Amino acid sequence: MLNQLAALGRIGIGTLQQLGRGHLLLLHILSGVPALFGRPRLLLNQIFAVGVLSLLIVAISGTFVGMVLGLQGYYILSQFGAEQTLGVMVAASLVRELGPVVTALLFAGRAGSALTAEIGLMKATEQLSGLEMMAVNPVKRILTPRFLAGFISMPLLAAIFSALGVIGGYFVGVGLLGVDDGAFWSQMQAKIDLHEDVFNGVIKSLVFGLVCTWIALFQGYSALPTSEGVSRATTRTVVHSSFAVLGLDFILTALMFGE
Amino acid sequence: MMHNRTTEILVGAFMAVGFVALFFLSMQVSNLSSSASGEGYLVDARFDNIGSLKVRAPVTMAGVRVGRVSEISFDAKTFEAVVKLRIEDRYRDAIPDDTFAKIFTAGLLGEQYVGLDAGGSATYLADGSQISLTQSALVLEEIIGQFLFSKAEEGAGIE
Repeated sequence: MLNQLAALGRIGIGTLQQLGRGHLLLLHILSGVPALFGRPRLLLNQIFAVGVLSLLIVAISGTFVGMVLGLQGYYILSQFGAEQTLGVMVAASLVRELGPVVTALLFAGRAGSALTAEIGLMKATEQLSGLEMMAVNPVKRILTPRFLAGFISMPLLAAIFSALGVIGGYFVGVGLLGVDDGAFWSQMQAKIDLHEDVFNGVIKSLVFGLVCTWIALFQGYSALPTSEGVSRATTRTVVHSSFAVLGLDFILTALMFGE
Repeated sequence: MMHNRTTEILVGAFMAVGFVALFFLSMQVSNLSSSASGEGYLVDARFDNIGSLKVRAPVTMAGVRVGRVSEISFDAKTFEAVVKLRIEDRYRDAIPDDTFAKIFTAGLLGEQYVGLDAGGSATYLADGSQISLTQSALVLEEIIGQFLFSKAEEGAGIE
């Protein structure tokens, strides 16, 4: 009985320790941001690795998600004779939900796992300790540029996802299924609000970018310095990021759109 | 060096595409181009029943949108709904003050909006003025009720 209680306590303390370490690491990372302005090239290279290399999968997914939304939406809306509102449906679901969320999930799988593996391997091959021996702060030198790159890339990727999704929906709805061109755009413009929908979507993607990169960096930085440790940390990154994104999405949606 | 240059170009292109996408979303997808929120002047209109009129519903004149509903409140003294209409600035000194305001429904399932019918007065609506001629929203249950009632009366008349 006492043993079970102790096991429960151990789990609780372990979780809190993890959380505490994660937040301390985040503070440490953020403290390196000012120094980064002196060396923009570090940031540039990371935006390339995190953002540009994720562009293809995000662009393709966005287009196809938009096209599928166009198809499915058309079949349902045409039953009510409301095909004209197809644009609203496609744009609202992309800008509010699918854009930020699906991009964040792709981002966690594509960029987050790569970040964890890279940093975990740096740790396993003692490159981070090497940096420390040379009096270079590994958190500020390695983690901060990656963190900021993720934070900057994520909203841009989400915007590209949504924009291409809308174009994909337009292509299917107007091009293939014959929805009226003018009604598609005008209904969309009448119903989608810049602040309510577009800006809230951007805020969502900023939060997701922060959380995904943070989890990836923390998992990599606290990975066991073995091959198994790195592989486990990579898995944890994807799983934890996905949970965090889906959970946070619910909370953010309730805060933003609930009246 | 060459590699750095390609990286720079690609990152630049990525960020440009990202900003273009954001711009596209705000200009083409959302209502930025037609919103003009915060500008214009406010006019009060009192209705007995506004049905399901919502804030931000369009205010139209001859079918053209001239403004939006900016606030809806309830006056507990007169038991009327007070609807504040925000009319765009370019229609300042253009709408007569004996204009008639009605609440319509766009289509069978569409949202409700305020339609203005111009009057003949030489003075115009200004900030804070009130539209006194209004017609409430048609509530479906009331219409059906009236219809049944009149049918019943007809039936009674024949007997």
